[in-house]
Amino acid sequence: MKQPIELNNYPQAEKRDRKEGVIDFLMKYGTLIALGLIIIFFSLMNEQFLTYGNITDILRSISIVTLVAIGVTFSMIVGGFDLSVGSTVSLATVASASLLVWHSQELLVVLVVPLLLGALIGLINSFIVVKIKIPDLIGTLAVMYIINGVHLTYTKGYSIYSNMPMPDGSGTAPGIFIPAFQFIGQGRIFTIPFPVILMVVLVALVHVFLNYTKAGRLFYITGGNKEAARLSGVPVDRYRTYAYVISGVFAALAGIVLAARIGTGQVSAGDSLLMDGVAAALIGYSVFGAGKPNVIGTFIGAIIIGILLNGLTMMNVPYYAQDIVKGGILVGALALTYFKTKTDS
Amino acid sequence: MSLLEVRKISKSFGQVQVLKDVDFSVKAGEVHALLGVNGAGKSTLVKILSGDYTKDTGKIQLNGEEVSFKNPAEAKKNGIAMVVQEVDTALISNLSVVENLTLDDTLSGSPFGAVSWKKRKRKAVELLQRVNKKIDLNKLVSQCSLSEKQMILIARASAANASFIIFDEPTAPLSDSETKQLFEVIAGLKNEGIGMIYISHRMNEIKKIADRLTIMRDGKVVDVQKTEDLSVEEIISKMLGKTLKSADYTHRELGSKIAFEVKDVKVPETGSSFSLKVKEGEVVGIAGLVGAGKSETANALFGASRTKGSWLINGIEKRIHSPLDAIHAGISFVPEERRKSGILIDFSVKDNLSLPAIKSFSPYGWLQQNKERDSALAQMKELGISASSPLTLLKHLSGGNQQKVSIGKWLNRESSVFLFDEPTKGIDVGAKNDVFRLIASLAEEKKGIVYFTSEFDELLQIADRILVMYDGEIIEELTNAEASHEKIMQAATGGNTVEATDRIEQLSSSGKA
Repeated sequence: MKQPIELNNYPQAEKRDRKEGVIDFLMKYGTLIALGLIIIFFSLMNEQFLTYGNITDILRSISIVTLVAIGVTFSMIVGGFDLSVGSTVSLATVASASLLVWHSQELLVVLVVPLLLGALIGLINSFIVVKIKIPDLIGTLAVMYIINGVHLTYTKGYSIYSNMPMPDGSGTAPGIFIPAFQFIGQGRIFTIPFPVILMVVLVALVHVFLNYTKAGRLFYITGGNKEAARLSGVPVDRYRTYAYVISGVFAALAGIVLAARIGTGQVSAGDSLLMDGVAAALIGYSVFGAGKPNVIGTFIGAIIIGILLNGLTMMNVPYYAQDIVKGGILVGALALTYFKTKTDS
Repeated sequence: MSLLEVRKISKSFGQVQVLKDVDFSVKAGEVHALLGVNGAGKSTLVKILSGDYTKDTGKIQLNGEEVSFKNPAEAKKNGIAMVVQEVDTALISNLSVVENLTLDDTLSGSPFGAVSWKKRKRKAVELLQRVNKKIDLNKLVSQCSLSEKQMILIARASAANASFIIFDEPTAPLSDSETKQLFEVIAGLKNEGIGMIYISHRMNEIKKIADRLTIMRDGKVVDVQKTEDLSVEEIISKMLGKTLKSADYTHRELGSKIAFEVKDVKVPETGSSFSLKVKEGEVVGIAGLVGAGKSETANALFGASRTKGSWLINGIEKRIHSPLDAIHAGISFVPEERRKSGILIDFSVKDNLSLPAIKSFSPYGWLQQNKERDSALAQMKELGISASSPLTLLKHLSGGNQQKVSIGKWLNRESSVFLFDEPTKGIDVGAKNDVFRLIASLAEEKKGIVYFTSEFDELLQIADRILVMYDGEIIEELTNAEASHEKIMQAATGGNTVEATDRIEQLSSSGKA
């Protein structure tokens, strides 16, 4: 019933439209512009920045965060939140290392068991959040504590590495980090690091899944309005459960890559990945003005964080100061998503 | 004598100009109705007057002096208060009635000033006396009924020494006796010389209480008249800009078979059990006042609440434990609270329309977005959904168009039963007619239709059979020929209108400390 008007008769309206046009443009492309500016800035500051070696370094360093962030994206799409991903990464790292070093297992077992553990944690999360109806932040926080405790108890606080003395004093550990496993974290195919290939393939697959399949649409619908979705015949509880399971599995996969990359089962190795993963997914909201969790945005968010860390390190900014920049970027990206003129409401 | 005037006010949101050189005025002691279909610009105008929006151009004059409000607090200071439609947004639900009534004192005093609860309570009692309502002062607002909340808002507005009060569809959530009570309060305020702006879609109310009326259409004022100078038909045709074909009840041939039968479906919220038979092509109306248990029953019939009972669709017994079961069995449901449960406002028209039948748009799980878009375009044309494209988000559509989506999405499935819960709530006359036409065409296709509403006149227009619900139970059954507004009302209030009013008064006074 509202009719568009002829703008020429209303010079004031035109002026305001131009202002809103600028805001629209920033909301859509602000994050990408920021990414471009960051790249230009660092390449001017350091000529090593834009070399093939450094670029693959950056991509390899973000591959693990991106895997965690994809899982976080799924939980956010259904309107939930999964705080337990960091601890799941730690558990998967320790589990794969233990299977290799303490139990001398084959590659397949070393891959499957951590992934199953991730899925199990997802099921526990969804039981707590979907069935018992504990709010997601609190419920997954509790699970985070439990998983942290479990993996520390299992290793008695020791990190796991090849040829380590067994914690119970029964001599040296029988197994080692086999090369096939290490390839996952350190190998290259045609000079491209394997984790980078894994990341790009998964981002593309998830993107296709979320945007071109029925299931992908129903994930978004579930997060959009649970009640309306339920009354339209969407099994919302099932989709929320899927989301937490996918989140757990991706975190476990990140843990495997992490173990393969550093060649040890470091305890609490995943702690910092939770916040970085969440930050990447949140920055992703603003990419192309999506305003909602989306995997391409998450990927770009992870790239931004990775480039910042890499560039700042090259400029000798101490690591403890880098969090300040990370937080600043997050505020900026969220501002692009949530800043709206009053007229929009 | 105070006078609030608006001269040549314009306002645009982005490219859309919603107010075009609007003139409007309201005098002291006058009830001035503001009329128009959804999207005509009524809400924008009163939001400018109450300081919620700022105007682009034009003047607001109070007693001849130009004023401008940057925010609602400034408008309030100038004596303009608003009783919003969604009362919960204006009250703080976890505070008590006293605290809400005297909220302005809390805000204006020094942050460290002592609060005299004795004085506050005395003031609160005075305020409630003014609106003639007995509410327990210590009760939390979250425990108050809708009409109590509304009265608290009105009382608070009059406490702020308002000389003008704006009412935005105040009677929409009220029962008949509560409406009567509200009108008494409005009459009282009128005697005190307070000017009121009254927005409503209900013509008989306007005729009853408004002195003058301003009709808006497409952001412009099309007429200002004394209420008695216009008939309801004239008002409606001015609102629409065309004369409306009236959709009188026409008797349709009913099928011989039973399309939908339920036996002893337990409704958990009301504790009663519900049985119903609907023939093919029959529209069964369930009439009841607000709070009679209609929505609860509708939800139970759709399997949306934990319930037991037996369902027969076209004579075949179906197990229904969830909305998904109900949909598979061939039931469609258009719920009352559109934005909360009917549609997804952050999603596009096409995403909403395809949702219940998403399987048919996604062979092997792959979405056919072109097919979705084409189907949405066809439906938009068929149902008269005005949106710029199938990709427009639902939140940018008017209430009537949203409702057409909320109904239209079910037409992609081969349902044999349709449940409608208050399908005309918050939509304008034009859209209402479209909805009725749609229901009639569904009936012609031999669907079974159950129509829950508190708007009894609608049932007289559309229902073949009318069941009246009171306190969760069906207590009266009428054919369309037998039914009249009075008969339905009498049954809906529990058999006797006078008795029912007494009962409500008893209830509200027993709530007093």
